[in-house]
Amino acid sequence: MNAPPPNDSAEPVRTEGVKYVAKNMRLDLRLIAEMIAPGSRVLDIGSGDGSLIGYLYRTRGCDARGIEIDMAEVTRSVAHGLPVMHGDADSDLAQYPDGAFDYVVLSRTLQAVERPREVLRQMLRIGTSAIVSFPNFGHWQVRWQLLRSGRMPMTSVWNRPWHETPNIHPCTIRDFFHLCADEGYVVEKWLAVDDAGQRSPWRRFSGLANLFGEQALFQLRRA
Amino acid sequence: MDQPDLAAVTHQHVAFDDGMALDCGMALGRLVVAYRTYGTLNASRSNAVLVCHALTGDQYVAETHPVTGKGGWWDMVVGPGLPVDTDRYFVICANVLGGCMGSTGPRSPRDGAAPGVLWGTDFPPVTIRDMVRAQKRLIDHLGIARLFAVIGGSMGGMQVLEWAASYPESVFAAVPVATAAYHSAQNIAFNEVGRQSLFADPDWRGGRYWESGSVPARGLAVARMVAHITYLSEQALTRKFGRRVRGGAAAGDLALFGDMFEVESYLRHQGSTFVRRFDANSYLTITRATDYFDLAAEHDGNLSAAFAGTRTRFCIISFSSDWLYPTAESRAVARALNRAAANVSFVEIASDKGHDAFLLDEPDFHRTLAGFLAGCAEHAGLPE
Repeated sequence: MNAPPPNDSAEPVRTEGVKYVAKNMRLDLRLIAEMIAPGSRVLDIGSGDGSLIGYLYRTRGCDARGIEIDMAEVTRSVAHGLPVMHGDADSDLAQYPDGAFDYVVLSRTLQAVERPREVLRQMLRIGTSAIVSFPNFGHWQVRWQLLRSGRMPMTSVWNRPWHETPNIHPCTIRDFFHLCADEGYVVEKWLAVDDAGQRSPWRRFSGLANLFGEQALFQLRRA
Repeated sequence: MDQPDLAAVTHQHVAFDDGMALDCGMALGRLVVAYRTYGTLNASRSNAVLVCHALTGDQYVAETHPVTGKGGWWDMVVGPGLPVDTDRYFVICANVLGGCMGSTGPRSPRDGAAPGVLWGTDFPPVTIRDMVRAQKRLIDHLGIARLFAVIGGSMGGMQVLEWAASYPESVFAAVPVATAAYHSAQNIAFNEVGRQSLFADPDWRGGRYWESGSVPARGLAVARMVAHITYLSEQALTRKFGRRVRGGAAAGDLALFGDMFEVESYLRHQGSTFVRRFDANSYLTITRATDYFDLAAEHDGNLSAAFAGTRTRFCIISFSSDWLYPTAESRAVARALNRAAANVSFVEIASDKGHDAFLLDEPDFHRTLAGFLAGCAEHAGLPE
């Protein structure tokens, strides 16, 4: 929390000479990419179409690899020359040796894994840093909808009915700070962003971020 | 049967007169490796791709076969502009040790024996590792220090794994397809049925059929028929044949013998064509080699130890309907590689064609293979 905030100016991402950066790479992935030192070893859990690892390899010279549960995405990624393996956060992280990576990334997936606490432990076992993004269940719209209608909230972020959502472990930014404290993780950086991944101005105040941030992005390390 | 006799065809080869030591403790006094190449080796000798063939395959990957007259067994994969692009890569494929297309095997002259005497069933038992050693001799002979990639399916995939484990510095990228790190009891069981059908054929003559010029055709054909079933899937068989009966047979005819169902005649055809291009003792030798294969056992039971410290980039590919080398076996290899912190891609291709899918038109597989190789070429700094 005391770490200096990342670069404030929203720098345009350099794409010249880049062969494979998905044109619409999500902004939160760009924010994650900014946190990662060039030349480092990165594991992206839930790598999707591979745009983050492709970007990290081709613009930052990272040894970036992915794990993805959707086979069609895996096939597409490998067919683009990206090292991705079919697997999932809950069962495959345990296979990697300690300290195999400098960064382990889990973006927008923590709320959907079976054992989020164990997944975080594994991330910080196999990696020096964990970068985690998740949708914030503490956002004011979520709170307001539940209070007003008495029904499970439906927002642009939480947009599936309760019986169909894969998000089985939603949490708030405050919850996540508590979990990190319980587990003894050091929060090196954190920020709240809106759904498009734009940084919000409340990031210095966790209470405000918890109310107004739609997504949270954390960088953790072991104490 | 207007195709040349198996023994009458000569094959491009290299002979090593200093022979080679084998895992079984014996040594071959002379080693011949028959091989084919496609494409051009570049000046830095960095674009060589070794393709490893499966049990009944051979070195004729992408050209008309000199014995059968049919196209290459992987001519959808290897060639100009294809996933293993011969405009870009120099592709090598060698007939395996123990095979019958020119490399040293049971059909070769026996060490130290009178002219005309073959090894036959006295050919030493060979392992997948022995096959790979023989290939390494060829690669050294060709002056290639590091293969850009080693690729193979089924038994060829076992060789890929063995290459990566035995010569990690010589393999930049490895693509084991539809394979496993060991032969399961079920794999061994099917192989044993094939071997027993050979032994039961009176023409096998205790393995000395070659002395009289006979061929244990029935036994070899049955072995092939059983094996062929394991290469397919129930869906593929149903789709291709269903319960259709042959044209001449009326549905009411309840004949005990003869070609009744189309699937029967298909298998008989597979069996009979196989006999003309394969040697029975080679079949015994090679099936045994696959049964012996257990890469973890070569490393105190720890599969990831086989790949400790490896810098090879792996792409493990399985097929969803392959029950001979199921995806779970490929996943086990991928996880062992993860434990060794290796760079591994792992894809299961959706297909209903069973184990044979790796030889068939599977666009997702071909795209994956092409993309993986292109990505590796970028990492290896291979010119486009």
